[in-house]
Amino acid sequence: MNLETVVFYFLAAFIAVCSVLTVTTNRIMRAATCLLLVLFGTAGIYFLLGYTFLGSVQIMVYAGGIVVLYVFSILLTSGKGDVAEGLKRDKFLAGLAAAVAGAGIVVFIMLKHKFLAPTELLPTEINIKLIGQQMLSGEKYGYLLPFEAVSVLLLACIVGGILIARKR
Amino acid sequence: MIHMEYYLIMSAIMFFAGIYGFFTRRSTLTILISIELILNATDINFAVFNRFLFPDSMEGYFFALFSIAISAAETAVAIAIMINIYRNIQSIQVNKLDDLKW
Amino acid sequence: MEYTILILLLPLLSFLTLGLGGKWMSHRTAGLIGTTSLGAVTVLSWLTAGLYFTAPRLADGTFETLIPYNFRWLPFTETLSIDMGILLDPISVMMLVVISTVSLMVHIYSMGYMKGERGFQRYYAFLSLFTMSMLGLVVATNIFQMYLFWELVGVSSYLLIGFYYTKPEAVAASKKAFIVTRFADLGFLIGILVYGYYTGTYGFFGEGAELTGMAVKMVPLALGLMFIGGAGKSAMFPLHIWLPDAMEGPTPVSALIHASTMVVAGVYLVARMFPLFIGYAPDVLHMVAYVGLITAFYAASVACVQSDIKRVLAFSTISQIGFMMVALGVCTTSDPHHGGLGYMASMFHLFTHAMFKALLFLGAGSIIHAVHSNEMSAMGGLRKYMPITHWTFLIACLAIAGIPPFSGFFSKDEILAACFQFSPVVGWAMTIIAGMTAFYMFRLYFGIFWGTENKELHAHHTPHESPLSMSFPLMFLAVVTCVAGFIPFGHFTSSNGTAYDIHLDWTVAGTSIAVAVVAILLATYIYKGEKQPVADAMQHRFKGLWTAAYHRFYLDEVYQYVTHKIIFRCICRPIAWFDRHVVDGTFDFLAWSANAAGDSIRTLQSGRIQQYVFVFLLGTLALILLLLV
Repeated sequence: MNLETVVFYFLAAFIAVCSVLTVTTNRIMRAATCLLLVLFGTAGIYFLLGYTFLGSVQIMVYAGGIVVLYVFSILLTSGKGDVAEGLKRDKFLAGLAAAVAGAGIVVFIMLKHKFLAPTELLPTEINIKLIGQQMLSGEKYGYLLPFEAVSVLLLACIVGGILIARKR
Repeated sequence: MIHMEYYLIMSAIMFFAGIYGFFTRRSTLTILISIELILNATDINFAVFNRFLFPDSMEGYFFALFSIAISAAETAVAIAIMINIYRNIQSIQVNKLDDLKW
Repeated sequence: MEYTILILLLPLLSFLTLGLGGKWMSHRTAGLIGTTSLGAVTVLSWLTAGLYFTAPRLADGTFETLIPYNFRWLPFTETLSIDMGILLDPISVMMLVVISTVSLMVHIYSMGYMKGERGFQRYYAFLSLFTMSMLGLVVATNIFQMYLFWELVGVSSYLLIGFYYTKPEAVAASKKAFIVTRFADLGFLIGILVYGYYTGTYGFFGEGAELTGMAVKMVPLALGLMFIGGAGKSAMFPLHIWLPDAMEGPTPVSALIHASTMVVAGVYLVARMFPLFIGYAPDVLHMVAYVGLITAFYAASVACVQSDIKRVLAFSTISQIGFMMVALGVCTTSDPHHGGLGYMASMFHLFTHAMFKALLFLGAGSIIHAVHSNEMSAMGGLRKYMPITHWTFLIACLAIAGIPPFSGFFSKDEILAACFQFSPVVGWAMTIIAGMTAFYMFRLYFGIFWGTENKELHAHHTPHESPLSMSFPLMFLAVVTCVAGFIPFGHFTSSNGTAYDIHLDWTVAGTSIAVAVVAILLATYIYKGEKQPVADAMQHRFKGLWTAAYHRFYLDEVYQYVTHKIIFRCICRPIAWFDRHVVDGTFDFLAWSANAAGDSIRTLQSGRIQQYVFVFLLGTLALILLLLV
């Protein structure tokens, strides 16, 4: 059992616990905090996989951007609604049952399924230059078109967000 | 050696935690948070499959990257809508959002 | 003869111009457009007649039948097709002249009569439409084209009767006219279909062609059904009830449509099918004669007591059309010298009657224009106020009464001669009816121009002679009435097409003149004086008869009873019940079940996204399980 394994188990347990906490806590601020922790854990997983750039994007965009947005909006909309109302028991049970059943089925499939033989993991870093070139190349395995599409989408979101949220 | 299945089980737990939250929460913001969990779980799956099964190519990697960008966009618009709703009805509970229903 | 298409196109063009653009025209422009186009049509019609009747005859002594246009419109089989075209033969050319002349006179007359009337442009548009349809009817090359224009004529008649659509009586009268004639036209249509099915053609039956097989048996039925249509249009008893009410329309319209042109369409139809009637259905032809006879007598007796002058003229029209029908019906062969005289007589009477009846109606219009009333009580003594109207009216009355040398004498005499050839009983009956005609026409004449003057009303509003636009048509038609009798009509139309010299049978003519003179003297004796003791006494003596005749022998009430009490109650009510409860019930049930189904499943569409996703997840899981198994 090397250090990697220890780190993975720690991260996995951390993520699982925080995920469950996110959806079970009654206070919305706590839920946001737990989400932040889950996202950090996910970034850790990416680092562990050797995808350091993806991990840093995860931290910057998710943890640094989205969660901050959530916190802002929670503060803006906080009021009597910030504590979730008591849920009817049967609905609660139905949701729980569906989630548990789904998780069971998925885990069962994953364990039963024979994946391709995994290649030996070498903790190598992907060259950031390669990522940049692929992102902006128009050839095969190039991502220029999605890149531009996402840029347009983000622009539309900026305009839409302003338009929707502005005071009339 | 960490098996790929371990990663997948972890992401499945995260995914179904999100599903559970989606069903049982009443506040639209917590529902959105649940959706973020679901999206995050799928991102992990993309990265993991790419890393373990096809380490020479980068499709999963980029998919995860774009997914992050799109979820950021989605969140921004969704939160703008939340704020607008809150301004109109002083609440963001889903069961109060019934002004346009029959 | 290719230019004859213009005879149809000009009025159509004028109708479209006035109908679409009339709103933006002044009354004067609209009237001029209508009258000018009709003037051109009249010139063309007279030209056609001149050319047609001066052309050399064929070897067998008949005029050639010309078909300048025949467009195959709806072919069904090799021989059976609906065509549109123009057919020129003696009777259609004669009708062209009659229709265009009377129509032109009415157009000119209306410029004065309808002056300042609301909807003047619309009125002229409808007149053009009617003229076009009527001309199209007479030049039809086949029975189906005739039917199409027949219906168009009915529509324009409906529109013109209901011209004063703000008056409830006019609206009711237009509906009545339309429904009654439409009802009769159903018979016509069925007759056409039977005819087309068994003979294999919609064309008119030419000389020399032979019917075979079932057609021989079925053609009389078809002809009888067609005659029902003709009887409806020509106001034959008992389908005449619409014509007196149709007098609600403007008077020039009555002169054009309900006196001289449209109402003789039925006569024209019978004349058109005459070779078939003679060849295959002489019994039906005799039925036509008896229907005509009953109608003539009935209408003449009713006309004797009516007080509305237009009603008197309406019943007189019905009676005279009855004369024409009788004349056609008494034909036994197609030889004008032996039993075929009636055909020529009928066409002759159609021609002269159109002229003098139009004159009578236009005169009546002139009188109504002057005193603003239809009732005879508002008139009397008008001869000194309206000399032109008085003299022209008198000429027309003499013509219809059958006094030589006016045109009515000659044509009526031919009819009577034809009737005596057929059977003395019919001949005498017709002579008596002719006497009644003279009596009621002079009752009308004296009632209007002599008799008891309504001095109070006339002092309040002095009657005056009509303007020139109205008196010119009167004088023109009066001249025509004076000279038309001397037209050698037999040279133009006769039952087999050959020339026939009209010769007066002086025993018949003498009798009819004597009867007419006696009737006129009687009317003079009763109605001329300022006081009318005889008339009042007779009215009291025969009170029941008088009242019955005044109410047209209660035929309208019989119709009312039959339709309302019997047809509505016994047939329509159950149908209405069936419709309300069974048909509507079925659809109500369908609507209700759809509603109920929607109500019960609408909770699925709750609008709660969490519920949707829940169902979606369950579905996904179920699919996964299915794939796993």
